Amino acid sequence: MTAISASDARLIRGNSAWAEHWGQLRKNRLGLFGLFLVIVMVSSALLANFIVPFDPTQIMVGPRLGPPSWAHPLGTDQLGRDILSRVIMGGRVALIVALTSLAAALSLGLVLGLVAGFGPRWLDNGLLLALDSVRAFPVIIFALAVVTLLGPSLLTVVFVVAVTSIPVYARVVRTQTQSLRDHEYILAERAMGAGTGRILGVHILPNVIGPLLILVSMDVPLVITLEAGLSFLGMGVRPPTPSWGTILNDGYSYIQNSPWPVIAGGIPIILTTLGFTFLGEALRDIFDPKLRRDV
Amino acid sequence: MLLYLTKRLLLAVAIVVLAVTLLFVMIHSVPGDPASVVLGPRATPEQKALIHEKMGLDEPLPMQIALFFGDAAQGNMGTDVFTQRPVRDIVFGELPYTIVLILTSITWASLVGIPLGCYSAVRRNSFVDKIIGVLSVSMIAIPSFVMAVYALLIFAVLLGWLPAIGSGNGGFWDGVQHLILPAFAVGVGWVGYISRIVRASMLEVLGESHVRMARSFGLPERRIIVRYALRLAILPTVTVLGVGMAHLLSAAVFAEVVFARPGLGALIVHAVDTRNYPVVMGTVLVTTALFVISTTLADLVNAVLDPRVREGL
Repeated sequence: MTAISASDARLIRGNSAWAEHWGQLRKNRLGLFGLFLVIVMVSSALLANFIVPFDPTQIMVGPRLGPPSWAHPLGTDQLGRDILSRVIMGGRVALIVALTSLAAALSLGLVLGLVAGFGPRWLDNGLLLALDSVRAFPVIIFALAVVTLLGPSLLTVVFVVAVTSIPVYARVVRTQTQSLRDHEYILAERAMGAGTGRILGVHILPNVIGPLLILVSMDVPLVITLEAGLSFLGMGVRPPTPSWGTILNDGYSYIQNSPWPVIAGGIPIILTTLGFTFLGEALRDIFDPKLRRDV
Repeated sequence: MLLYLTKRLLLAVAIVVLAVTLLFVMIHSVPGDPASVVLGPRATPEQKALIHEKMGLDEPLPMQIALFFGDAAQGNMGTDVFTQRPVRDIVFGELPYTIVLILTSITWASLVGIPLGCYSAVRRNSFVDKIIGVLSVSMIAIPSFVMAVYALLIFAVLLGWLPAIGSGNGGFWDGVQHLILPAFAVGVGWVGYISRIVRASMLEVLGESHVRMARSFGLPERRIIVRYALRLAILPTVTVLGVGMAHLLSAAVFAEVVFARPGLGALIVHAVDTRNYPVVMGTVLVTTALFVISTTLADLVNAVLDPRVREGL
């Protein structure tokens, strides 16, 4: 029997590319820590309805702005509501906003990028100018302008994130598409009579989607920050729905009376953004070290 | 070079015009009536018509846009709906506060970030380098408004070392004291960011032949690092700062709100709260212009430094 080389072994154990990636991630301690934080955040958001000790909007007779106690591990806010329950439910809100808005931005950015990269020159130029003018607004200024128009709501936050992320994704997709479309295998495919749809769907899309997904995953902390930030300004999620931003803002209003609500509102934001950032950086180094994007 | 300059400037103007037009179209396509938001549900049609006229909302959309740019070109940005003051005076009255905050933040962040990045690159892969690396990522990741509120809590409320709100009574020393916490909150992310950029470009420069040459001449290591490597390695930071203007402005918005400082950020948040359209539009115009000017400047600096960029456009 001949010895099996490493590459043969990889062919035999079909999933070992993933095993290899997992092995790389396991060696990256910071990435593992990030993964742990992300898992805690996501699972508490998914199970929020089952694990909250109190109704997060229930106004209770107990102490107001109470310090942490056994009944209320993170204390109570100015209306006597349990802050721990509000923090858990706030995580759910943050995750919902992040997922919906990024999914919308991803799909629209993908389509626009493919069109710009594969379409005629004039369309490319027009789209680029439009994308650049959307990017000309500093995100928070754009968000505030939109809030003036649409009024503060969860949907407004989703809209703002989607619109401001689309140009970034579309540009990445466009560049990738342009570099791919002149490859010989695409020319060959076209010579054999393949239509634009087949070329884009079968050949270009799979090559573009990978780097794009990494970019999107690294944007999760930015979206969570934006949602919390807008809610902090009172321009995101409406009360009584809990959001980390509103918890922080409530605490900020009573900062002279009690430090606990502010501490409890800020720490989940910090831990979550750190978790997603550490994990995202580790994933990027593993999957595509070349894809280093400026903040 | 002149051609590149002209093209780049034209593009910048086009982007500002397009961005503001986009905003107008959005205002127009939204079902709600700004006048009823300002006046409340019991407004009479006459009152609404008056407000419409004041905000310029009684003209057709293309006319509104043309009027806005026509006026803006003459330095007129409409009047505040409530106080009747010219928006230009309000915006440019607040602008210096924001500029001072941003400049202070970026200065202290550079003063700390550049040495950190430099040290990291020189002591590559050492324990200290790794600590600086983790700290840098953390500083970038933590949102500036959380930083602002925590700074307020720790240094103003709990310790009472620094004033919590406002911009001071006009005296220089008092102003400085009121600037410390906001500038800390705005700049701390940039310390991390700058140190990462400087580290990366230092590593690149340290591997180049002129540095090896200097080494082979036996020049002292400190001199090689500062005179021959760092001078080159700082350049990418300059260009990144231009693009980073948007982040600085965003951070300034939060810092101004948290510390109740006057400035563009506080102005726009208040205007949004009260649906004061002319003030919102004026502030958006000025901030967008500020942002586009700084990215354009950064691009130009880049083009001066790197001839390849000039050919690209």
